[in-house]
Amino acid sequence: MPRGKIEIDINRCKGCRLCIETCPQDVIAFSDDFNSSGYNYVETENPEDCIGCGFCGKVCPDVAITVYKRQKEGV
Amino acid sequence: MSEEAVAENTKEMKKVFDRPESLNDQQFSYCPGCHHGVINRLIAEAIDELGIQDTTVGTAPVGCSVFLYKWFDIDVIQPAHGRVSAVATGAKRARPDLTVFAYQGDGDFASIGTNNSTHAANRGENITTFFINNTLYGMTGGEMAPTTLIGQKTTTTPQGRTAKDYGYPIKMSEMLAELDGPTYITRQAVYDPKRIDKARTAIKKAFRFQMEDEGYSLIEFLSACPINWGMDPVEANERIKKEVEEVYPLGDIIERS
Repeated sequence: MPRGKIEIDINRCKGCRLCIETCPQDVIAFSDDFNSSGYNYVETENPEDCIGCGFCGKVCPDVAITVYKRQKEGV
Repeated sequence: MSEEAVAENTKEMKKVFDRPESLNDQQFSYCPGCHHGVINRLIAEAIDELGIQDTTVGTAPVGCSVFLYKWFDIDVIQPAHGRVSAVATGAKRARPDLTVFAYQGDGDFASIGTNNSTHAANRGENITTFFINNTLYGMTGGEMAPTTLIGQKTTTTPQGRTAKDYGYPIKMSEMLAELDGPTYITRQAVYDPKRIDKARTAIKKAFRFQMEDEGYSLIEFLSACPINWGMDPVEANERIKKEVEEVYPLGDIIERS
């Protein structure tokens, strides 16, 4: 069961690759498609590996990523 | 795992990172990999966390970040080129109850507006200044700035900057730290999550100094300009670590309070 989850707003993404380089779990990869602005956007390739660390959201210059993290039981 | 299963799992998850409220839904017009976006978000987050969205006024420079008023959900003034510190001074003196920040690039802060920024610092104006140093003029096409490194190629120094013809990279933060006016001067970078967290702490601290009437604070950011550096965003981050930090070392320069 994944410990975290990210949502990428593909129309904000400009394909700068910073999130792909920063992700410690290799969750993110380039899509085969282009968004409405003509950028090759990124998407989650291995969602089950996400640990919800939030590094991708922090480095994203276009604030395109929302990060969710599983809470420990009883919290 | 199927997408449905992932969606099902999300129910037990808590949102830990999202767009700050002080930014609206407009998309930034910055180039891919530009650090302006990260810095804008950090400022918006600090405003949210301090609960000062309704009482904050920003002043925006001429440059890539000229459209701050489009992206921030706060009041923003867009003064003439280089006059940001002066206009921020006016706003703060007229309404001392507001939190006023000046957001300036290296063209605005260290070139056309050097006199305004220097005197605002020397007076110890109770404002918070963000100085974005990307070592050239980004919006106009990558010309040499006073902050350009020795040997750096720009559109106006195709052979690289030489000290003999163009002088040395100007160290605004160190220069202003010599004055008695400023309270807090620090230099930060935003190329990895650890640095981003440190920069975030510095921004909040600078806003707090202003809210406690402690006086002038300046945060210089080493920012990447991948397009005008002729690099991809990942290489541009490496350049900051390897080259730019050598000339402009990171860390707090002064803190007097």
